[in-house]
Amino acid sequence: MRTGTALRVGVDVVVIQQVAESVDRFGDRYLERVYTEHELRSCTGSPASRNASLAARFAAKEATIKVLRPSGHQPDWRSVEVRRDAEGWCTMALTGHAAALADDAGIGELAVSLTHEGDVAAAVVVALCRAEDETIGRSGASPVLDTFGRED
Amino acid sequence: MDERIRTILSEYGNLPVEVDKIRDDDDLYQAGMTSHASVNVMLALEDEFGIEFPEAMLAKGTFQSVAAIGNALGELIGA
Repeated sequence: MRTGTALRVGVDVVVIQQVAESVDRFGDRYLERVYTEHELRSCTGSPASRNASLAARFAAKEATIKVLRPSGHQPDWRSVEVRRDAEGWCTMALTGHAAALADDAGIGELAVSLTHEGDVAAAVVVALCRAEDETIGRSGASPVLDTFGRED
Repeated sequence: MDERIRTILSEYGNLPVEVDKIRDDDDLYQAGMTSHASVNVMLALEDEFGIEFPEAMLAKGTFQSVAAIGNALGELIGA
């Protein structure tokens, strides 16, 4: 039963050159293991532009996982998808284990913002979820620790 | 097996410390390995050992330490 809502926020930064190296070293295996078909179609242009867009999407996936707070089994990277509309605005779409984690936390909405500048790309994800006291009641987590996002 | 794991960590882990200075049970993420680097480590391990990590093993804990990676490979190679 939902008696209130709370906010969760996740942020991540990715060095674009590291994505470029992954594409060079592992090619399609890297791309198809991490990104959905929609994401790959959304990342076009020159290699530099494409790598920056891919890096921003990886940051969004990791930021979302920080919001979902999985313990143990981590969602498949492709189950956390950045959906880009025709005007360039992005939203997050979850499937599989990621969607189950969101449902479990009472997450009703996710908002994402992507950026890249120079050598780095970054993303912030904000979620509306069930109030902390209900989550704490089920997980036994400290109210102080549960207020802050994980640092890594 | 540990030496092959350490060689891959040295090449793909983007660790800010020398792999030789990391103990088997040390936390690789705390040592500086990023999530993105862990994807490269996973793909390189698959190439090196001729295996594929199933989705069920895509937990942070799977790649958290040299020992944890060894245990995961042992499961996959022994399967």
